Amino acid sequence: MKISYFPGCTLKTMAKNFEDSALASLSSLDIEMKEFKRWNCCGTVYSLTSDDLIHQVAPIRNLIRVKEEKDTRVVTLCSMCYNTLKRANKLVKEDSEKLDKLNNLMDREDVKYNGEVEVLHLLEILKNEVGFSQIAKKIKIPLKGLKVAPYYGCLLLRPPEVGIDDPERPTILKDFLGSVGAEAIDYPYETECCASYHTVVNVDLVVERAYDILNSAINRGAEAIVLSCPLCDFNLDNRQKEIKEKFSDFKGIPIFYFTQLLALSLGLDEKVCRFELNFVDPRPLLRSKHLIGEV
Amino acid sequence: MSRIGVFVCHCGLNIAGTVDVEKIAKLISDYPGVVYATDYMYMCSDPGQDMIKEVVKEKNLDGVVVAACSPTMHETTFRNTVASVGLNPYRCEIANIREQCSWVHQENKKKATEKAVKIIEAIIEKLKLDKSLIPLSVPITKRALVIGGGIAGIQASLDIADSGYEVVLVEKNQSIGGHMLQLSETFPTLDCPQCIATPKMVQVGQHPKIKLLAYSEVEEVSGYVGNFKVKIRRKAAFVDWDRCTGCGLCMEKCPVRVPSEFDELLSKRKAIYTLFPQAVPNKPVIDADNCIYFTKGKCRACEKNCSVKAIDFEQKDTFVEEDIGAIIVATGYDLMNKAEISEYGSGEYEDVIDGLQIERLLCPSGPTGGIPYRPSDGKIPKEVVFIQCVGSRDPEHYYPYCSKICCMYTVKQAMLYKHAVPDGQAYVFYMDIRCNGKGYEEFLQRGIEEDRILYLRGRVSKVFKDRDKIKVWGADTLTGRKIEISADMVVLATAMIPSKGAKKIAEKLRLATDDYSFLTEAHPKLRPVESLTAGYFLAGAAQGPKDIPETVAQASGAASKVLSLFSKDELSHEPIIASVDEEVCVGCGSCVSICAYEAIELDSLTKKARVNPAICEGCGACSAACPSGAMQQNNFNKRQILEMVDAFTKD
Repeated sequence: MKISYFPGCTLKTMAKNFEDSALASLSSLDIEMKEFKRWNCCGTVYSLTSDDLIHQVAPIRNLIRVKEEKDTRVVTLCSMCYNTLKRANKLVKEDSEKLDKLNNLMDREDVKYNGEVEVLHLLEILKNEVGFSQIAKKIKIPLKGLKVAPYYGCLLLRPPEVGIDDPERPTILKDFLGSVGAEAIDYPYETECCASYHTVVNVDLVVERAYDILNSAINRGAEAIVLSCPLCDFNLDNRQKEIKEKFSDFKGIPIFYFTQLLALSLGLDEKVCRFELNFVDPRPLLRSKHLIGEV
Repeated sequence: MSRIGVFVCHCGLNIAGTVDVEKIAKLISDYPGVVYATDYMYMCSDPGQDMIKEVVKEKNLDGVVVAACSPTMHETTFRNTVASVGLNPYRCEIANIREQCSWVHQENKKKATEKAVKIIEAIIEKLKLDKSLIPLSVPITKRALVIGGGIAGIQASLDIADSGYEVVLVEKNQSIGGHMLQLSETFPTLDCPQCIATPKMVQVGQHPKIKLLAYSEVEEVSGYVGNFKVKIRRKAAFVDWDRCTGCGLCMEKCPVRVPSEFDELLSKRKAIYTLFPQAVPNKPVIDADNCIYFTKGKCRACEKNCSVKAIDFEQKDTFVEEDIGAIIVATGYDLMNKAEISEYGSGEYEDVIDGLQIERLLCPSGPTGGIPYRPSDGKIPKEVVFIQCVGSRDPEHYYPYCSKICCMYTVKQAMLYKHAVPDGQAYVFYMDIRCNGKGYEEFLQRGIEEDRILYLRGRVSKVFKDRDKIKVWGADTLTGRKIEISADMVVLATAMIPSKGAKKIAEKLRLATDDYSFLTEAHPKLRPVESLTAGYFLAGAAQGPKDIPETVAQASGAASKVLSLFSKDELSHEPIIASVDEEVCVGCGSCVSICAYEAIELDSLTKKARVNPAICEGCGACSAACPSGAMQQNNFNKRQILEMVDAFTKD
């Protein structure tokens, strides 16, 4: 299978560990990720103002690029990119007037966009097209004994019209964890917001929320967290430094991108996981479970 | 030449404020066929009607047009007026110049007046071709069918039977009583339903005029008002109720234990069981899905212990047919399944229960003897959170309507909980508190002041299990704070929905329902207990969420409607119905398939359409569908409609 791929900015910078582990895993699952040319920023936060079409230009221009390469589907890894592209796409599919205006705004594009492209998240491909049961058959190193709490955050699930699972009781990450042999930990904070961009101006708020989320998972026996969003990752992983400063009882917990666990379980070279980029080093945990070799 | 009189009503300023009524009366008096035209302040008043009568006599009119409000308001009034002086009532027509003219064209008086003239002229053209019709007479079978044996069905049956008419009461369960019998106590007086409803149940069971068909379902209804034929399925109970003495030994000996539906799955029942000890009739049925003999082929413990040999494993469903004149539908409600609500645990936490489950826990004759031991570990819960509007008033996710009774039953449940656990704390999360019945507001205040129920205005975002506690995350919107409560038990006031199977019954009876399958009344204000289809009446929560007092009132209302129907020996049926020109009809059957009332059939010999005048409601669908023009509506035939269009469109 070959599919058009939108990386987004963070995957090329902060979240190289996300991208590298994903590309390596998918190639071993015979999925070719074709990074389309001249992609730009996804638009980051989806704009909720009703008369601010200019915010939709960035996501729609990406979809035009996909169309230019004669593709009808595009996959993203970052939850934020997924949410922004998918909602912008939904908006123009349902509102032909806005679509016309956007096409006029971008009158120097060779191709007009008419809602032809379908936006997908990688988890949807793994679930619906590869199939978790198929993944379970292909893994070489089951992550046995690894207790992982899935963390969805907001953007994968909300609003329900674009979410990839039930916004209140999602199971897709849990099912994924099952397929790679890890044990999923159930805890109430899995869909709570990580405080998102407050991390720029209100670190305290992020620290409090992240502490609640991580501690709840730890108290229920989680040894690690798995997620799919670089921003959530920053707040839950990198901010652990500030959490420890504020809450002396906080022990710390490694945070994985789901693709890192996928690569590991597929038996790929540990290097593709780029664990050195994780803020909290997960390798001691993995070694203790004999999932990676000694140093 | 016709001798038509036109009477233009001012309706105070409703019409006269916009339309120049005097001018109209003058203009119309010159119209061909009109011999008299006048205007008057209130045509529907006694002097107005008297004036019409005088003119009909004096001028020897053969037709009357009243230009006034909508015919749904006063057509009957004026038809009766002209009939009283010997004119055929169907030679009286209403020209609607209020709803369809003056009210909607207030900004342009000149044009409104012109339009009013056209409306009246068109109606005059119709009237010229109107036939003098005579209503049909149909005999009535003075026997009522009541579907559903809850408190609505019980009340309606007793009211009709006490008036001397026979009632057939059909109940799908093995006992009547309905949800009311599951309740702990009833608001706002806290009397127990066992004390106030069981005597009524006994009355039903013993009433010589009531034929109680429990464990039965309506299979098929044919016919029309006054003359229904109803086929009823008597489900196989596998117990011969005529022999059974209700001793209960069979139930004692049955080795099966399955969750009891009557106790909302909070206790176990046997595979041969009655719903509760005061059941009417107090006879058991065998649940074939769980009976060891039916599933595995051996056991028959009940049979061995039955001294009167009433157990009959070979019993089959049987059918009875009843002649019925009127039908009351009282199929009741169910609660929405809490498994649908993922934010409150998808029904997976034992200690998150719904409104009917807490009723069973608080009921002195319930599975816990009235002490609300929580389901998971049997401990007495010290902190209980009640969440209102679960699924109700939530148009985005579930149901937009208010379930109406939850505010009151939540006060009651919290109060009874406090009476059983005085050192416990009850919290109620609410959106608004709607206590608008007699004695209701006082009841709420008593709960807050005497029983110290803590009311928190806000919604709950999430409920989850945390060790042996149920954590509740909510908001108090009055203080603007987030709230977290470690509760021992959570009670969800889940939305009221029509009972399981109500939709199927409505389809069988061809009754109109709303978007949520509640039955639709003929008029939301003025005909609240009648259905749109003649001969069907509505009672209780099948028509919409309501509490016991309102249900009983509506049931008595429906019963009195049935009684007024039965007070006549013959029914008169509106003659404005479809009729077939057999010479033109080609027997294509388009009318047969389009008729919603099944009033038309093709004659087996002549292959021509035939209308059953007693069933036809005069909707006109068949005449619109008929490709040859053979099917025509009396006094709305094709020629009349074309004449009306001509009158409207001429310059």
